This record gives sequence, structure tokens and C-alpha cells, in this order.
Amino acid sequence: MKLYPDFVIQIKGESHQDINLCYQCKKCTSGCPIAYTMDYTPAQIIHAIRLGLKELVLNSKTIWLCASCETCTTRCPQEIDLVKVMDVCKSLAICLRIKPKIKEVPIFYKLVLTNIRFLGRMYELGLIGALKLCTGNFMQDVNLGITMFKKGKLKLLPSFTFKGALTAMNIFNKAKKVK
Amino acid sequence: MKEYAYYPGCSLHSTGREYDVSLKSVCKLLDIEFREIKDWICCGSTPAHNISKIVSIALSVKNIELVKKMGAKEVVTPCVACFSRFKAAIYDLQNEEGLKDKLKKIMPYSDDEIKVLHPLEIFSQDEILTKINNIKKKDLSGLKVVCYYGCLLTRPPKVTRFDECEYPQTMDKILGSVGIVTLDWSYKTDCCGASFSLTIPEIVIKLSADILNEARLVGAEAIAVACPLCHINLDGRQADIKKAYHRDYEIPILYFTQLVGLSLGILSDKLLLDKHFVDTTRLLSVNKV
Repeated sequence: MKLYPDFVIQIKGESHQDINLCYQCKKCTSGCPIAYTMDYTPAQIIHAIRLGLKELVLNSKTIWLCASCETCTTRCPQEIDLVKVMDVCKSLAICLRIKPKIKEVPIFYKLVLTNIRFLGRMYELGLIGALKLCTGNFMQDVNLGITMFKKGKLKLLPSFTFKGALTAMNIFNKAKKVK
Repeated sequence: MKEYAYYPGCSLHSTGREYDVSLKSVCKLLDIEFREIKDWICCGSTPAHNISKIVSIALSVKNIELVKKMGAKEVVTPCVACFSRFKAAIYDLQNEEGLKDKLKKIMPYSDDEIKVLHPLEIFSQDEILTKINNIKKKDLSGLKVVCYYGCLLTRPPKVTRFDECEYPQTMDKILGSVGIVTLDWSYKTDCCGASFSLTIPEIVIKLSADILNEARLVGAEAIAVACPLCHINLDGRQADIKKAYHRDYEIPILYFTQLVGLSLGILSDKLLLDKHFVDTTRLLSVNKV
């Protein structure tokens, strides 16, 4: 596997977290609620970044399975904000067009952002429909959705204001130019 | 009369409608008024900070700027995801080098401070607790409940500055003031799987089943929550949990505002208790609420 010695510097620069402080106590991993289904534990990901194993990290399931619950960030004795590290890995994987190991998660994130960009607010029913079209999981949670709709928890039409939508679009357009 | 700026966020207008309605009815009785921010936009929630940090910060700061424009000094964010994003934006702007300059290229903003509050922080103030006690109409002392705080209210503590991060007591204190017995349990701040409900529901089904299981083991009749996403996961996924693990919990999940509302004598249909997946009528009739 190819080594990228600068990878740790890049992650450190973008996340503002000094990963080299990690002494592998694995507190992050023992508290992680999703570790049971990850391919590499959070502590292994941190170690892999320090070793320069860029491809392993960006191709891992782990980065997409992090729920951002902040348990690791809260408990790390070296005060490394692991969620910020995972965030940077995710945006880097998208930038480099790396095929994600778990396709649904980045599709969902991108759809949410597109939704906010054009409406300014979340339109749940439209989002669910678009997610189904993009992932092909048409039958997933159909019953749950129908019950939610019947109970008035999903609205047929989006609720937004034009001024809000314009504001959001403006933010996204300008953010594109800011590196 | 105390007035706050109000940021409902997307969920309180849709999946968490009961939370919005019950919160407002209780606040009306407590002489607290909310002024909704005009033209508010989504905070970006988890997807925004996962993909683009600067977009996430800008969306939250934009809303905070709208609060300043209203002339308010405090904003109430009932959704825990919004609460966490607002707090994180404020914290990162103060502590991360170069972030302010980046943000200024997207939008103007001022350094004036705004206090971001979760309704639990308002309700747990001594004067409000006394008020609740004074106008309390129903005794809910038969009810055994566990309080579920979820991830982002207390974590990370340096950002949210909300109670003790591993074992918070704020909700227990509020519900205790209306006579409800709040039980000790070890899943107060465990994760329910959050937005994986839409992408990898198996994770939410497993994590929510663990939470419900512990609640049942300590003898809780209901779980009190303070976040619309935790609510929909714990309440809406019980049928899937039954299918996946053959365990039928049937534990009603109530917003803490609904429980306070019941004790203040607000009728259950006014608190939208019928909008939950798991039936709440049996719990309320057994306890003569």
C-alpha cells in the first residue's frame, strides 16, 4: 500500500486537530456506538492517518459510519476532536471522487445540501423521494413513511420563504469560492 | 412576561410538530413568549458539517444574525441538532484560526454575543420551577419515567456547556418538580443512530432497541425526550425492533414538554399525544392522568 507522509499534515491543517497527540488508549473506540459495524475502529483510523495510509482511510466504511455523536470527542484524554477529523476525511473523499464504501450516506448528505441550497429549509417528503430515486431502495420504510404522513408528520408541500431560499442560495454560491 | 427569539428549525414544523405545539402551550401558561425568527433557514444539521465546514458555519451564523436583527439577546432552539450547530458555530468562530476571515467573505456578521438556549435550560430555572409548582393541576407521581438526553445536548461539553456531559440531571429536575419519578439508568446520553434512520436503518433499529431495553429493565413506563430526531427513532422504530429482535416494548416516548403540560392540566389532545406511534392512552389511563 502506498504511503503518503503528508497526509497527516493535510488532515491536521484542515481539521485543526493535532492527531499526533494520540497515544492509542482506544477510549474513542470503546465508547463508539457504531464501532461494531465499522471496518476500522476510530483509533485505527487515527493511527492510519499518522502512518500516511491515505487510501485505506478514504476508502474505509468507518468515515461514512461515524454518526457525529461526539462521544469520542468528549472522552479523548488528549482532546482530539475526532468528529472534525472524520468530517475532513469525508469532504476529502468527496473532493477526490473516491467511490464510497457506503453509498447511501454521501448521497443523503449531498441531497440534504441541495435541498437547503434551493429551498432554505428541509423538505422531508421531497428528500425521501429523491433519496429513493438515487439509491434504488424504493421499498425501504414505506410503512413508516405512510404512518408519518397520516399523522401529519410529513408535509406534502415544502414550507419555506422566498427570502430564506435566496439567502441560502447566496451562502452556497459564495462558499464555493472560499477555500 | 419573558420574551425569547424562537428558532423552530425544520423538524418542529414537520416530524416534531407535537414538540412545537406542546412547548408553546406550556410556555403560554408560564408567561413565556416566543417570537419566531422571520425568514430563518435550516442550520444544515449533520450533513452540512460532514461535507462543508464553512457552509455549516455560515448557515448557523446567518440565523444568529437574524436574531440580532430582531433586537433579541437570547434564542431558543428546541431541536437538539440546531442547538448543537448554533453552539458549535459560535465556539469555532471564537477558537479556530482564520475562520472569521473565511466567513466574512461569505457574509457580514458582528461580534455581539447571543445566548443560545435549549428549552430545558429555561424550564430548569428556579423561578420557572416555582411557577410550575404553583400552577400545577395534576399529580403525576404515579408515573415512572427515564429521561433520555441523546448525544448533542451535552456533547462536546466545552461547546454546549449544558449540564454534566455523561450523566445530566436537568430534565430529571424538571419532571421531578411535577412529581414524576425519574429513574436512574445508564443510557441517558447514548446515541440513537440519528439520521442513519434514512440511510442505514439497521443501525438505528439496533441502537434504539438497546435504549428501549435498558429503559424496560429499570422499570420505566415511558421515556421522556427533548429532541425530535431521538423521538422519531425511539417511537417510530418500535415496530421494526419487534420484527428484527422479536421484542415488543410498546414503551410510549413523550416529549418532556408534554409531561409538564399534562401536569399543568393541558388536555392530551391539545398536546398532540395522539400523534405518536406508540399508544399513550393506556399509560395515561393506568396512571389516572
